[in-house]
Amino acid sequence: MSYLRYTTGEPVADTKAPSGPVHERWDRRRFEARLVNPANRRKHTVIVVGTGLAGGSAGATLAEQGYKVVQFCFQDSPRRAHSVAAQGGINAAKNYRNDGDSVHRLFYDTVKGGDFRARESNVHRLAQISVEIIDQCVAQGVPFAREYGGLLDNRSFGGVQVSRTFYARGQTGQQLLLGAYQALSRQVAAGNIELHPRTEMLDLIVVDGRARGIVARDLVTGRIDTYFADAVVLATGGYGNVFHLSTNAMNSNATAVWRAHRRGALFANPCFTQIHPTCIPRTGDHQSKLTLMSESLRNDGRIWVPKARGDDRPPNEIPEEERDYYLERVYPAFGNLVPRDIASRAAKNVCDEGRGVGPGGQGVYLDFADAIGRMGRRKVEEKYGNLFEMYERITAENPYEVPMRIYPAVHYTMGGLWVDYDLQTTVPGLFAIGEANFSDHGANRLGASALMQGLADGYFVLPATLNDYLARHPHSEDVTAAHPAAREAVDATRERLQRLLSVDGDRTPDSFHRELGELMWELCGMARDEAGLREALTRIPRIREEFWRRVKVPGTGEEFNQSLEKANRVVDYFELAELMCLDALHRTESCGGHFREESQTPDGEAARKDDQFSYAAAWEFTGTGTAPVLHKEDLVFEYVHPTQRSYA
Amino acid sequence: MWDSTVGKKAVMAVSGLIMLLYLVAHMIGNLKVFFGPQEFNAYGHWIRTVGEPFMHYTWTLWIIRVVLVAAVVAHATAAYQLSRRDIAARPAKYVHARRRASYATRTMRWGGVILGLFVVWHILDLTTGHVHAGGFQEGHPYQNVVDSFSTWYGNVIYIVAMLALGLHIRHGFWAAAQTLGAGGRSRDRALKGVANLLALLLTAGFVAVPVGVMTQVVS
Amino acid sequence: MKLTLRVWRQRNAADDGAMSTYEVDGITPDMSFLEMLDTLNEKLILEGEDPVAFDHDCREGICGACSLVIDGDAHGPERTTTCQLHMRSFRDGDVIDVEPWRAAAFPVIKDLVVDRSAFDRIVQAGGYITAPTGTAPEAHATPVPKPDADHAFEHAECIGCGACVAACPNGAAMLFTSAKVNHLNVLPQGAPERETRVLDMVEAMDAEGFGGCTLAGECATVCPKGIPLSSITDMNREWLRATVKGARR
Repeated sequence: MSYLRYTTGEPVADTKAPSGPVHERWDRRRFEARLVNPANRRKHTVIVVGTGLAGGSAGATLAEQGYKVVQFCFQDSPRRAHSVAAQGGINAAKNYRNDGDSVHRLFYDTVKGGDFRARESNVHRLAQISVEIIDQCVAQGVPFAREYGGLLDNRSFGGVQVSRTFYARGQTGQQLLLGAYQALSRQVAAGNIELHPRTEMLDLIVVDGRARGIVARDLVTGRIDTYFADAVVLATGGYGNVFHLSTNAMNSNATAVWRAHRRGALFANPCFTQIHPTCIPRTGDHQSKLTLMSESLRNDGRIWVPKARGDDRPPNEIPEEERDYYLERVYPAFGNLVPRDIASRAAKNVCDEGRGVGPGGQGVYLDFADAIGRMGRRKVEEKYGNLFEMYERITAENPYEVPMRIYPAVHYTMGGLWVDYDLQTTVPGLFAIGEANFSDHGANRLGASALMQGLADGYFVLPATLNDYLARHPHSEDVTAAHPAAREAVDATRERLQRLLSVDGDRTPDSFHRELGELMWELCGMARDEAGLREALTRIPRIREEFWRRVKVPGTGEEFNQSLEKANRVVDYFELAELMCLDALHRTESCGGHFREESQTPDGEAARKDDQFSYAAAWEFTGTGTAPVLHKEDLVFEYVHPTQRSYA
Repeated sequence: MWDSTVGKKAVMAVSGLIMLLYLVAHMIGNLKVFFGPQEFNAYGHWIRTVGEPFMHYTWTLWIIRVVLVAAVVAHATAAYQLSRRDIAARPAKYVHARRRASYATRTMRWGGVILGLFVVWHILDLTTGHVHAGGFQEGHPYQNVVDSFSTWYGNVIYIVAMLALGLHIRHGFWAAAQTLGAGGRSRDRALKGVANLLALLLTAGFVAVPVGVMTQVVS
Repeated sequence: MKLTLRVWRQRNAADDGAMSTYEVDGITPDMSFLEMLDTLNEKLILEGEDPVAFDHDCREGICGACSLVIDGDAHGPERTTTCQLHMRSFRDGDVIDVEPWRAAAFPVIKDLVVDRSAFDRIVQAGGYITAPTGTAPEAHATPVPKPDADHAFEHAECIGCGACVAACPNGAAMLFTSAKVNHLNVLPQGAPERETRVLDMVEAMDAEGFGGCTLAGECATVCPKGIPLSSITDMNREWLRATVKGARR
């Protein structure tokens, strides 16, 4: 197959991170970055796509600085971006607990947690900024949990041994997002942000090698418009919905990043996907999405399965000595708080052994009986009440009395558009922030770090680095819709939508999405091997071909048409899925969320191959179905030296 | 204040409470009818002489009347304007309609209209005597009351209006407290209790008079 | 389960719209209400009909997108969001009416999808604390008493779904507006803008064409996040306090 015969091109290098001591790099970068005179900022327009934690905070902050911001979201309101659903919390190296935490420890934990596949400079900056984020959010009125003395409460999270997670019951993402949304709203009212809700970006406009605008469709009228700016920021989230079933929102999609990739932005580490260990198991074929139960539950809940295979007694009738608390047994130091990738794989292993529980044996117990005995039901209710309620609503089982059943599900994607230290992609003027980029989490993200990264990028990093780009490209020549590059992008978009509408086949867009997702979960999910990945790479083009023959999209393009939206997103999932499988196939090591069956230690742990794979794989698009070009960014570890991760 | 829905509601709450206060006094005064014509008529006379010698004869009564008319006008105007606004804010009804609010809450508007009409009739009946049954005698309220409640329609109008009044107060008093920000979770039960008690006492107190006439306790 | 659905169909804002009847089969109690509608839509697409448009996104009860009136109740018979309503709340053979949010301030876009941007404009009027990035003091500089923090959180839970407006006989947005006012006004960080916030937000709310509050209480009954009716009382108090202080900008 020609797609598999990828070539290796020139290495890609991050030229923006300063050298010198890691803790001084961010200061140096900010000092060396050129600034835009406040009076000149109004002359610059910046497009921000997405209004989640990264996009919302970036839009608000850029507008506060004086830039003219044009912002987009496909939801009916910026407040609905999927960051809203993050439950557990946000990390910050405040060391309020005096338990030995520090910026350096957060840096260390994140690099280690990411299985040594992240860039040290970026991660250190993230840890430094973490403390400012908490200050910022508190000032905005984010109602974090507090103790009786009125000070902020903390809890611990998977993969670390300190309590550094700030939270707002099980709705931390919602509260942080509302903080950003409110700041954004203030700027909308002030006339500094032009907001376009229910508008979806469908292509990037690149003029003379620089990102200068986007093509977007008004989802209500179907109108396709062009928007121009001096820089474009993508804050469009991850691509977990390639798997069809994931904890992502139904409409979260990869079209913006994928279209940017097709226009020249390299896509890094697409195979680094995170499977979250604590989700509610699926109940049947009708399942449209999976629901996460916050990882914070692992603080007090104990995970177990029966020792014996096929033990189908109700959980409360299985005596203590016949239960296997496998995480506590295998990883005594971290117990139930091992990182997500390890917890997920362990669950898969016990289920593969036939010891899974619930319908289809695809589940493990998360038991709160001990916690209720220790803290009392009231305290448990206070900490996790809303999660328990949600669980009961979905499953009709009362977790105060019967242990929860959980199973891993796709949750987060560490890969994304390749960006340098300034968060700029390989297309000058195109920036990617939050989950849309690949930067900070390496091969595995620690719990409560996504919110931290989204807000770090949006509130603090991008507003500083974008200055530098705009200062170096003082007011660019105006581009209009008549520009050949703009017309080409609009025509291509129109043609694509028209083609989707004209197939008039006999299968729904969703049926293709489901088929692709099942294939990806099976062959490129929690554990991958060469044969499976090769099979996936054979089958995906076939499904794509069938899609273009048999898809049926009702209605027209000139109206509110959710089927058309869906079909257009599925088109991009096919290509992205292919790249994920190729990336997974080429990386013959196991690391973090990427587990290759062929590369494991004798006791079944992921075995990295640092001598071969200590790099970020940034892929260049060459055409649908044609082999991409691999550009490697070598990762250098000066401070945290790669070791085999051990959580035992 | 008047430009805002919240402000208009506050005007309604304050004017409603003024009327409520008046009604309590009015009801207590009415009960004097059970102690015979002399006491009742003396009370009727006293209303006109309150505040003397500082106030001239009927001045206090006129002040009360002016305040009450102002309260009624403010209450009714605000209610009318807010109702029009509310109806416009919900132009399309649900095909599958479902009602959950209490009867008292749902009847505030029509209850208010009934009470408004009643007040007009009541004044024409017992203050000016224009629609009074039998010969209206200025200065002989006891006889006038007995005359009024000796007709079947006088009793029906009055009793229906007093039931409407009870319902109106039941929701209105509690709602006024919420509108003026005096409610709250801890006080909610107490407020609802007071509202029910007021509604019950006023309705019972007022209805006692026609019942008294009908049962010949008052004649 | 086999069900009969009567669904509001309306091509666009200009169209009149009417209820249409559909049969769906093969529904299981584990399905969410929206998954049941997915099933209907898959069928409609294959039959060459226009699928039913409805807003939805996270499907875990937090984004506030889903917005259906089911058998006359905003979000249906359980106190939750539509996406968290499961078919086990219904019986085989049921006839279910599905309608959009109804309010003048929420015009229908298509079928069951309405325009709720009025909510955004209410927040834009003052539903924030002015704290530009970079100006924040150390987070522990101002302790917040736990009861105040909890009170703020309870109101901050609002997901902006608009069920309160849909259920209100007057199409009022008092519960939504008051939730945000109370969230921010109780916090020390929100104190400097305490008066202007409530005045500006109420003014914006009125300008959007929402009705007034008659304390019918329907809003709090359907609110999936349990924002209490007392929230409105608290906002009334804040508004009167601000008005008495003469705190107009």
